[in-house]
Amino acid sequence: MLLEYIAIGVLLFLATAVAAIAIFLGELFGPKRKSDKKAQPYESGMLPIGPGTRRMPVRFYLIAVLFILFDIEIVFFLPWAVVFRQLGLFGLIEMIIFIGILLVGYIYAWKKGALEWE
Amino acid sequence: MMAGTLPISYYLGLSALLFTLGVLGVLIRRNALVIFMSVELMLNAGNLAFVAFARMYDMLNGQIFVFFVMAVAAAEVAVGLALIVAIFKTKRSIDVDQMNSLKG
Amino acid sequence: MDASQIIFGLTALLIIFSALRVVTTRNMVHAALWLIVTLLGVTVLYALLQANFLAVVQVVVYVGAIAILFIFAIMLTRREMRDGGPQLNKGWPLAALISLAVFGGLLALLYNAPVSERLAASLEGQDTLGALGQALVSPDAYVLPFEVASVLLLAALIGAVYVALNKKQESDK
Repeated sequence: MLLEYIAIGVLLFLATAVAAIAIFLGELFGPKRKSDKKAQPYESGMLPIGPGTRRMPVRFYLIAVLFILFDIEIVFFLPWAVVFRQLGLFGLIEMIIFIGILLVGYIYAWKKGALEWE
Repeated sequence: MMAGTLPISYYLGLSALLFTLGVLGVLIRRNALVIFMSVELMLNAGNLAFVAFARMYDMLNGQIFVFFVMAVAAAEVAVGLALIVAIFKTKRSIDVDQMNSLKG
Repeated sequence: MDASQIIFGLTALLIIFSALRVVTTRNMVHAALWLIVTLLGVTVLYALLQANFLAVVQVVVYVGAIAILFIFAIMLTRREMRDGGPQLNKGWPLAALISLAVFGGLLALLYNAPVSERLAASLEGQDTLGALGQALVSPDAYVLPFEVASVLLLAALIGAVYVALNKKQESDK
C-alpha cells in the first residue's frame, strides 16, 4: 500500500535535492558584487516607475473562479465514471441532472461575458 | 503491511491541534485573506478527522463527507474571495476591523 | 517504530509548523505558500489512512485550485508586498485564551470519545473509488446531497461572476 507511494517520495526527494544543490552551488561559486543598481527591478532597460507590484486585472481572478468550480465538477464525475456501467440508466439520469444544473451557471457566465478576454 | 500500526487517536489529536490553530488565526488576525486561510485550516482539520474515522470504522461514509466538504470549501472560497476583492475596491483595505459599516 | 510512524511524525511536525506560519507570518504571499505546505501535509496523511482518491483530490482541488485562488486574491488586493501596520486585532489576548479553551475542549472530547487504540482492518484490496461512485448516485445513500452540491456550485458560480464582474465595470472607468 504505502510502497506504491515510494515513487512519489523518490520524486519529491530528487526534486528538492536538485533545487537545493543548484541554489547551494550558485551561492558557493557565483560572484557576488551587489550594488543598488542591480537590486532595482528590471523594466527592459527603462527607469523603474512606481512600485514593482502592480495589481492585476480582475479577469485573472474570474478565470480562476470558473476553473475551481468546474474542477470540483470533474472530481464528482470521476468516481461516477469508474462504475458507470454498473450504475445503469439511473446513474446516467442522476448525472444528467447534475450537469444540467451546473450548465445553467455555465450559460450565465457565458452570457455575462466572463469567458471572453476582450 | 506498514499502515495499521498507528492509533487513530494520533490523527484525531493532530486534527484538534490544526483546528485550534485555525481558530487562533481567525480570532487574532486583522487581514481578511489570512482569516480565510485559517478557515481553510479548520476545514482541513475536520476533513482529517473524517478520513481517520472512515478508516477506523472501515466505512466510506467519512470519505464521502470529505467530498462534500471540499465542494463547500471551493464554493466558499470562490464567493468569499470575490467579496473580499469587491470590498477592497470600495474601501481600499481588507482589514476586518475597518469593515464596520453596512453601506459600502 | 516502523515507516508509517516515522512518516506520520515528520508530517505532523510539518503540518503544525506550517499552520503556525500561516497564522503568524506578516507577508501574505508567504502565508499562502505555507498554506500549500499544510495542505500537502494533510495529503500525506490521507495517503497514510489509505484514502488514495481523496489524496489526489486534495492536491487537485486544494493545492491546485483553492491555494491558487488565494494567491490571485492577494495579487488583486495588496498595495504593497507585505502588510504593514499591526497584524493583531485589539482583543487578541482574549482570542488566544478562547482558542486555548477550544483546544482543551477538543482534547477532553477526544479523551472521552470511544476511540479504539488501533486502526481497524485496512481498506486494502477494496475498490474504494468504485464504492464512492456507487454511494454518490445510489438512491439509498448520498444522491440528494450530490444533487444539492450541484445547486451549491451553481450558486457559487453565479455569485462569484456577478460580484467580480459588476465591481470591475465601476472601477475600470
